[in-house]
Amino acid sequence: MGTRMNEFWHIICILGLALITLITRSFFFISERQWQLPAWAQRGLQFAPIAALSAVIIPEIFMFHAQVSMPLTNARIYAALGGAIFFVVRKGRGQVVLGTILVGMAIYLPLHLGLGWS
Amino acid sequence: MWATALRWVHPVSILEISVVMFFIKENYSHPSFKLGIKDISSAAPGIAAWGMMIGVAMIQSGMSVFDSVLMTLIVFAGSSQLAAIPLLVAGAPLWVIWATAFCVNLRFVVFSAHLRAYMMSWPRWQRLLAAYLTADLSYVQFVKRFERPATELTGQRSEQAYLAGNCFLNWASWMIASLLGIALAHYIPADWGLGFAGVLALVGVTCSLATSTLKRISSLIGGVVAVLFFTLPLKLNILIAIACSVFLCLTLEMLFVRYKRTVAPGEDGDTYE
Repeated sequence: MGTRMNEFWHIICILGLALITLITRSFFFISERQWQLPAWAQRGLQFAPIAALSAVIIPEIFMFHAQVSMPLTNARIYAALGGAIFFVVRKGRGQVVLGTILVGMAIYLPLHLGLGWS
Repeated sequence: MWATALRWVHPVSILEISVVMFFIKENYSHPSFKLGIKDISSAAPGIAAWGMMIGVAMIQSGMSVFDSVLMTLIVFAGSSQLAAIPLLVAGAPLWVIWATAFCVNLRFVVFSAHLRAYMMSWPRWQRLLAAYLTADLSYVQFVKRFERPATELTGQRSEQAYLAGNCFLNWASWMIASLLGIALAHYIPADWGLGFAGVLALVGVTCSLATSTLKRISSLIGGVVAVLFFTLPLKLNILIAIACSVFLCLTLEMLFVRYKRTVAPGEDGDTYE
């Protein structure tokens, strides 16, 4: 009985999480009511994508256990730098994001798995 | 109650449930559908690696296979899943888990404000479905490809098809990899650093967005602020980073870029470089 309750509770929880994905991703256009974002806000939002991505990746690259970590043995810095340099050299043409991943991982994996760098 | 809920969605919604937006012929036969697929395909291995890592994480944290598969199939949001997993396993109260997921997802609320101008012309059902399927990278690539919302029908069709294609490949690579991660969880050590491929995919896409000086500044501000506020709970550092970046870049733009706009009114895109 206890486990069945538990299973039921988990399903409700996961359904709720799915609903939260839906609500947050459609938040401002669920309602059909007419309104417009002020022009300045619409202009400002052009900076949101790159700001959001940078806010995700910079801590992932430069931090370790919630501390800024910039020792010479931070493999992620070299990998991200290598990937970014590849992107710039290729001038963003073709499947360049794929190249960024491959170059970055080619730097990261030996340093991380081979030398045990963070 | 169900009748009201269904009426609220859309009169023909029951039919449309089975024709998910990838499979609307107008979408997948449109040339923009392929373009959307092409744009995301380059980042797909990174998405897959990140998805697989989440699949592995669910099982290794002690979630059942049933819960993990259900979560993968319907939640479709990596960072909120990652936040919810330990809480679910620990048996935290529902409202705590949901509030956590909502806060971790707050960046999508910002994105939805941006997407509103593009999507309001679509029927509500398609709008909600498209939004549900639009994860970070699809949003980013969509607004990069279509800097301004189309005002006529041809443009809107093209936008819709592009988003459908982009979301399709993103969704498929995520799902397959995540389910694979669940299946192979006991064979994949968490410390391989596989998830870093996802970060590298974002590095590549970030590079592709840095098309103007102001956008590069925006990236710098976003990154630095996110590090400064890293210790905040619920990934709120990301939300603060977006807010700071948007407001500072708007201010910089008003201070330094205005003179060009008086030269060419209306042409206020990235032409000021």
